[in-house]
Amino acid sequence: MHISIDTNMMREIIMDHYSSPLHKLTPKNEDEYKTIVMDSDSCIDNIKIFIKEENGIIKEACFDGVACAISTASTDILCDLITGKTIDQANYIIEQYENMIYEKEYDESVLEELVAFMNTHKQASRIKCATIGFTGVSSIINGKK
Amino acid sequence: MFDVLKIRKDFPMLDGTKTNFNGKPLIYFDNAATTFKPYCVIDECNKYYLEENANSHRGDYDLAFKVDKNVDNVREKVANFIRAKKQEVVFTSGCSMAMNLIAYGYGFKYLKAGDEIILTEAEHASNVLPWFKISELTGAIIKYIELDEDGRATPENLRKAITKNTKVVSIAQITNVLGYKIDIKEMSKIAHEFGAILICDAAQSCPHMKIDVKDLDCDFLTMSAHKMCGPTGIGIMYGKFNLLEKMDPFLTGGGDNARFDMCGNVAFLVPPAKFEAGTMNLSAIYGFGAAVDYLTNLGMDNIEKYEMELRNYAISKLKTMQNVIIYNENADSGIITFNVKDVFAQDEASYLNSKGICVRSGEHCAKLLKDRLKTMATVRASFYFYNTFEEVDAFIEALKNGGNFLDAYFD
Repeated sequence: MHISIDTNMMREIIMDHYSSPLHKLTPKNEDEYKTIVMDSDSCIDNIKIFIKEENGIIKEACFDGVACAISTASTDILCDLITGKTIDQANYIIEQYENMIYEKEYDESVLEELVAFMNTHKQASRIKCATIGFTGVSSIINGKK
Repeated sequence: MFDVLKIRKDFPMLDGTKTNFNGKPLIYFDNAATTFKPYCVIDECNKYYLEENANSHRGDYDLAFKVDKNVDNVREKVANFIRAKKQEVVFTSGCSMAMNLIAYGYGFKYLKAGDEIILTEAEHASNVLPWFKISELTGAIIKYIELDEDGRATPENLRKAITKNTKVVSIAQITNVLGYKIDIKEMSKIAHEFGAILICDAAQSCPHMKIDVKDLDCDFLTMSAHKMCGPTGIGIMYGKFNLLEKMDPFLTGGGDNARFDMCGNVAFLVPPAKFEAGTMNLSAIYGFGAAVDYLTNLGMDNIEKYEMELRNYAISKLKTMQNVIIYNENADSGIITFNVKDVFAQDEASYLNSKGICVRSGEHCAKLLKDRLKTMATVRASFYFYNTFEEVDAFIEALKNGGNFLDAYFD
């Protein structure tokens, strides 16, 4: 599937997920979630990510904390995309997204709204913002923490 | 007359060829983080490697003698720059090391449980974290001078915080977030009335204004060369000589002792050599001397006056903008702290970067932001004497569209 998207749509996607993120919250029963705190050494972003996983399926993903537009929107969309997916599927999405960010070949068909971040390489200082949530989710689901 | 265009020719970073990744010419407004270096400083650093490369304290041959002599000359230049005596100037890697040296060499040795260390709510981490450690090691208590409505630490509020148990008062002369100039002279007087020492962090002040340690009557003062056109990796700790004699070195090793034996008896050299163990950053010391000469030739009063003109001009323009919130309208330095309404600081800094404008976004210590700024993060623009009114105009122009920060992403 090829999504035809112009920059106005990309702006809308980012602004939408930044001003009203659906997954930016701290869950009630925190101890049912695997968590990681992602504290950037180069900028202000400081988020905690929560993942609830059952039998290899991601049941719920959310995050909370201090974050800029790019990190908020990208993490929010990621949480949306991986909910209900298997660990393998989530890993594949993260891998394709990172390929896009680092200007490698990537499979656009799984990225959906995440294609809004395809210009990140033009603003090198934002790569950290656009990937902080992905690095965190990857650490949690692959048991690095 | 302050001829900025002529001054700019002294700086390779201002030769008009430097751009951001998009090819936009640079406007550098992050001078509170570090400053550009003039050719004379770079040449002097190179002179060490190209002409006079030898270790110091190895006076057996002429080449090493030259290095010793030059290090001594620079020490004297820096001493004159702040009206100190040469033997009161200790070279360090910068302000952070100088502050750690004071905390460990003096604080750890003389503080005990129940003593008080007084800081302000607006200090830089390098004047807070060493004291947290000393508090943990000695049981001394950390207290804060309350800031006034503007976010400024005042002598009156030091009087409210200080007691007979206070042993250390440590304050930045110009604070790095809000840029207020603090009355160190009056603070010293109050500290001394109570038998405490006064430590002045001059990282943000010495590049921009005249400093006279005798007049301030501070007991210690710290400086970083790279914020005043000098090289990175060099700075000083100034200390009154009797305190330097009393306190311990932080690093020990080659070059700071006269003799030692295997029973643990060590005879340290007298200050400042006592604190300068190991081979120092000699090339940077050479460059530091050139930076002091360069600033002295421009005149610290001229620099301060010009930066205030630049500041006042920028503030007058910013005040007319509905979408800009200024947090330190009344500050006395080239630091302007602001936000664009409804835009996260980091997004704004990133947008300005796309226009070639270098500013810093940052989060601030909990108390400062909660009680005074009422925001999570701010953008900081900080000027130096080589910035121009035209650069301020370009900055203002960029901010007019600052709400559309995603332009940076799609242009």
